[in-house]
Amino acid sequence: MGFKRKKGDGDGEEMEAEGNRRPSFNTAERRSVILPSMIKNKDKRAKVYAKQKHEKKVEKQKKIKARDAAEKQALELGEEPPQKQIPKTIENTREADETVCRPDDEELFADIDADEFNPVLRREVTPKILFTTCRFNSTRGPALISELQSVIPNSDYRKRGTYDLKKIVEYAKKKDYTSLIVVHTNRREPDALLIIGLPNGPTAHFKLSSLVLRKDIKNHGNPTSHEPELVLNNFTTRLGNRVGRFFQSLFPQQPNFRGRRVVTFHNQRDFILFRHHRYIFDVKEDKQSGTKGKDGAAKERVKPRLQECGPSFTLKLVTLQHGTFDTKGGEFEWVHKPEMDTSRRRFFL
Amino acid sequence: MQHDEVIWQVIRHKHCSYMAKIETGIFCRNPYNVTGVCNRSSCPLANSRYATIREPDAKGVFYLYMKTIERAHMPKNLWERVKLPRNYEKALETIDKHLLYWPKLLQHKIKQRLTKMTQMRIRTRKLHLKTREKIMTMPRREIKREPRREEKAIKAALLDKAIETELLERLKKGVYGDIYNYPELEWNKVLDEEKQLAEGVEEEEEEEPEIEYVEGYEELEEEEDMEDFSGFPTKMSGFNDDEHDSADEEEDDDSEDQVVIHKKEKRNSRKPDDLGKSKKKKRVVVEMEQEDGDLIRTLKAASF
Repeated sequence: MGFKRKKGDGDGEEMEAEGNRRPSFNTAERRSVILPSMIKNKDKRAKVYAKQKHEKKVEKQKKIKARDAAEKQALELGEEPPQKQIPKTIENTREADETVCRPDDEELFADIDADEFNPVLRREVTPKILFTTCRFNSTRGPALISELQSVIPNSDYRKRGTYDLKKIVEYAKKKDYTSLIVVHTNRREPDALLIIGLPNGPTAHFKLSSLVLRKDIKNHGNPTSHEPELVLNNFTTRLGNRVGRFFQSLFPQQPNFRGRRVVTFHNQRDFILFRHHRYIFDVKEDKQSGTKGKDGAAKERVKPRLQECGPSFTLKLVTLQHGTFDTKGGEFEWVHKPEMDTSRRRFFL
Repeated sequence: MQHDEVIWQVIRHKHCSYMAKIETGIFCRNPYNVTGVCNRSSCPLANSRYATIREPDAKGVFYLYMKTIERAHMPKNLWERVKLPRNYEKALETIDKHLLYWPKLLQHKIKQRLTKMTQMRIRTRKLHLKTREKIMTMPRREIKREPRREEKAIKAALLDKAIETELLERLKKGVYGDIYNYPELEWNKVLDEEKQLAEGVEEEEEEEPEIEYVEGYEELEEEEDMEDFSGFPTKMSGFNDDEHDSADEEEDDDSEDQVVIHKKEKRNSRKPDDLGKSKKKKRVVVEMEQEDGDLIRTLKAASF
């Protein structure tokens, strides 16, 4: 009989045409950009994709060339090469944190004056460390501890036995230790560090990874017993500042520069990298071709050279608790929760 | 009618949902089973006269449960419950009293069960007093994600470079004091600063040329004094020939410089304290601590 009359056949034709114009524009565009994945024929698809890639590469090279040419031209003409674009890194695009320490923050200074590390950092008390392991430990734990003992001066090691951690804390307080470090082992590898400040200092629980002992480092150096220098990098927020001062309180505050030992805690994206080096300053002739005429032929530069010694590992903060170790009743300043990981640009230290 | 034999035949040879067969034996998962083994004499379903000891809530209280054939038709009231005293011997006596004319095997098995359960109870209570480590699991995606992110962070950190720049900064600031004697460093530093100042002068010449120039000279003198030069008069004097006319004026500057040196030393001794703050911050703190006369100078240095 008949076909069904389509809607808007008569009057709607105009509308359709108009309506068609817009989608037709899009479809034309869409038709010109065929995704290789839409082609079912593998041979053809491969060819189309290879061609696309080649085109992209050629375009990119053209852009680079144009940029370089523009810069060179500007330099030759005399002034002002065009602004170099700064590549976006994760550190550049980090989410703005309101807890970043500002240099003129009085509240920060007041906090620092009142916190638990003050006696050590003001050299009223010399730090004294007690090392121990978890209850069921293997040999890797004490190996790491013996290396840490060479890094941190004035430290003792006691075997764990089956004592409760709280009892150990009391014992350490009685014997006037300033901090207690527990190396926790899992599957025969050290994997967590619990640093407890005493007498009522904070407790920090770190996850330990990428451990390299001294004997596994090529060309390692041997540390002396001079007091080391500390380098704490990138601890920007209030929490980071606190953690940084915590690390500082483990070391004596009079570094012996003649010993040329440096211990580094470098914070990068919430991973704290620990390194232990011996350094020496070298004078090197710097043959620079860029600066002609101003300074003369060769400039001698002083460059520090590093030799790695001692263990190197990475720490990640899991929890920071206000008092000494007490998981049930303690007041936690900071706890890592999975919902904090949702943004790739947000860091807490 | 209760035909235990029939029940047993059906259960054992056809299907019993409480039966658990493992490589070591056949066990019964029925909570009312005395021994826990799947047996003709231990099956609570296939025996019309049966008894057990159970601990219904994990409170440490034991009950003796008994079932008799007289109540076999009332499943709701099938099991009769008697609370057993905490004392082991008294509990044994209670069992004896209640199971007086029951088969010997059952009495024996029940007493064995009571012994086992009391031992378990003692052990559990002791263990509760001790602290035990709790094993927490981490979701697998996190276990995979962390090492990946760590690697990228290490690559982004450029650790060696960062440490070297930090050490070099400290050397330049004079934290190490007299230990190192690097005239090249000072030479370069002076040259760099003169270069900066020359540029600065060029840029700001329209505004206040004279003042800038004078301050520049002051600065150079201070550098010289600060580094305690005694052994390199040739180099520096060759450079500063112009300034030797103002030898008299230098005395005042010297005193000023010495004051500066003291302040700088004090700052050096406090250096370890400031380690916790970032580099940028250190610079700012330095500015605030020095006298006003030097404020502008260090601002200049920082602007480079």
